Amino acid sequence: MSSEKIDFNKTKTFLIDTTKCTGCRGCQVACKQWNQLKGETTHFFSGEGYQNPPAMSEYTFTRIKFKDYQKHGQNEFAFYKEMCMHCNDPACASVCPVGAFHKTAEGPVIYDSERCIGCRFCMMACPFGVPKYEWSKAFPLVRKCTGCYSRVKEGMKPACATACPTAISYGPREEMLKEAEKRLANRPDRYYKAIYGKEEAGGTSVLYLTHQPLDELGFKPVTKRPLPSYTWQALRFVPGIFLGVGGTLSLVSWFQQRKDRIAREEQEQALCAGKRPEETRKEDHQ
Amino acid sequence: MTAAKIVINEIKGYHRFIKFMMVLVGLGALASLVRFIFGLGVTTNLNDTYPWGLWISFDVVTAVPLAAGAFTIGIVAHVFHIKKLEPLVRPAIVTGFLGYSLVCVGLLLDLGQPQRGINVLRYWNIHSPMFEVSMCVMAYTTVLTLEFLHPVAEKFGWHLPLRLLRTLELPFAILAAMISTLHQSTLGTFFLIAVDKLHSLWYNPLLPLQFWLSAIFTGLSIVIFEASLVHKYMGQPDETDLLATLTRIIPWIMGVYLLVKFFALAFLTHGPLFDRPVLLALFVLEIGLGVLTPFCMYLTKKIKTDKKLQLRAASLVIFGLVLNRFNVSMFGMEQPGNMIYAPSLIESLVTIGIIAAHILFFVLIAKYFPVFEHHPETVDYSIPDRMRRIDHGTKHPAGSEAGA
Repeated sequence: MSSEKIDFNKTKTFLIDTTKCTGCRGCQVACKQWNQLKGETTHFFSGEGYQNPPAMSEYTFTRIKFKDYQKHGQNEFAFYKEMCMHCNDPACASVCPVGAFHKTAEGPVIYDSERCIGCRFCMMACPFGVPKYEWSKAFPLVRKCTGCYSRVKEGMKPACATACPTAISYGPREEMLKEAEKRLANRPDRYYKAIYGKEEAGGTSVLYLTHQPLDELGFKPVTKRPLPSYTWQALRFVPGIFLGVGGTLSLVSWFQQRKDRIAREEQEQALCAGKRPEETRKEDHQ
Repeated sequence: MTAAKIVINEIKGYHRFIKFMMVLVGLGALASLVRFIFGLGVTTNLNDTYPWGLWISFDVVTAVPLAAGAFTIGIVAHVFHIKKLEPLVRPAIVTGFLGYSLVCVGLLLDLGQPQRGINVLRYWNIHSPMFEVSMCVMAYTTVLTLEFLHPVAEKFGWHLPLRLLRTLELPFAILAAMISTLHQSTLGTFFLIAVDKLHSLWYNPLLPLQFWLSAIFTGLSIVIFEASLVHKYMGQPDETDLLATLTRIIPWIMGVYLLVKFFALAFLTHGPLFDRPVLLALFVLEIGLGVLTPFCMYLTKKIKTDKKLQLRAASLVIFGLVLNRFNVSMFGMEQPGNMIYAPSLIESLVTIGIIAAHILFFVLIAKYFPVFEHHPETVDYSIPDRMRRIDHGTKHPAGSEAGA
């Protein structure tokens, strides 16, 4: 969890216009190069549709999904770039017991592999299914898109955004939202009327414009509320419940043991009054 | 005769059942070794779609409420001061101690970087339910270890620690209840983050409360279950009368649980409830056979005296709890269209080994330590002279009990 307040208008954000994507997959290649990720052995049609590799993995942080559909009797393709959404209030960061994830003021959600204990709660929590695990290793860590934090920090664009010839714009979230809304307003016939990522999971640093309805393209329907708020609504009671249970039980036990205590005190008085001690044996505890 | 020979001779004298448990534990240990050599990917059926499998669903999410007997009987016997239940406390503490120790083992096997487990203490993230559960499990395992020292100290005649532990009995019982309330409920909070993943039959904001309530009545049922089996197979005295007290308490908590469950189901769920027939069947099985049936059994008059009915009701409650935790952490998470997760051979062997270890260690501890033979009224707890037993009369009765 980040301590300082982040201005989400300023966080760097991807605007991905899938209607302009040509499916060249330059972004996929650039990502592999910059992050030094191993190639995967792939087979055609091993996943759904034409895309390869069949899913994001420890070696593949971003991937173009192909969606074929019919338009005027012609086969057409729609493309959709899958990657970490870099949420404003990330679920992965909130559930991680050692705080290995955090949202940076620049925008990317980054992962500190030195802290990770490998519990995979981030993978459970992520509504977009982004964090992937090094299943091949005996002592695995989590891998995911870094938002090219090392580049962004130095004022450069992320590798995929740099490589993309058409579809990806990169800049402050406020500007990207404005741009997206402008495009929606100017070309209503070209776009499905929604910006995916504007409110999803409480807002993300990746925004999508599409031609098709979102669910047809395979976008997951995700709650509009920031996910950490779902667990925090229960967790915030923790200190109160802890002390409440302790206090209540202490009181209960005080009352329940009162009778015994009074009996014992009377006994002690009797003892002090000079009775023979043998008479009290076997009753001197509890 | 060398020490090794004594041990071997001792083991040779064990019952066949204990030897069988030893084999299972050995197999489990081997399987966990394989996990560390070849990695999680090869040895388990876990993948990026199902990052949590049998080890989390059973060894952690289910095993923790199954070990709740220690804190629940602690509250009933010590806090509510129902002294006659005292003989039930020690076996429950041994079960709890073993249960939590094995939860730690299961958790360490499942972690990708078990050697870094200590990081939880170094980097706090109070927003994480996992952080809270880890802290609580560590703290409670410590408390249980101290409570477990009781029979150990008694066996070896360490009088000073014994006296100290006896004084701390009530504070420990309260502390145990405080810590257990937190982590039993927080195990439910785990799944509140799975907003669009966990099916609406189980997903609702009151999940933590339900987890806590079900842990309490299951904890008490475990005590009944265990006492019945121990009477049946280990020749220990029949505790039916004491268990009758518990059967009067349990239906109250189950009643509240059912109210909360149906309230949440009726008013707090958002998605469709009846769209997945298999999940619906699992839900009906869980509630019908696992909660309502034993609830009615506990309400009968017969259960006060009928050993068999007590055991049957307790077993059904345990069945219901196990199914509930699997429904929440595994079955309810399966997405339509995805492949279905089933545990691999190695995963199953490890979990079977952990269950076997629990039974094995319980039997062995009961064999060598005064777990059942414990009669508080016969032990002298006054501060001893030079740490030996002394005559009663010469000393003022030792100070008032701590706590309250």
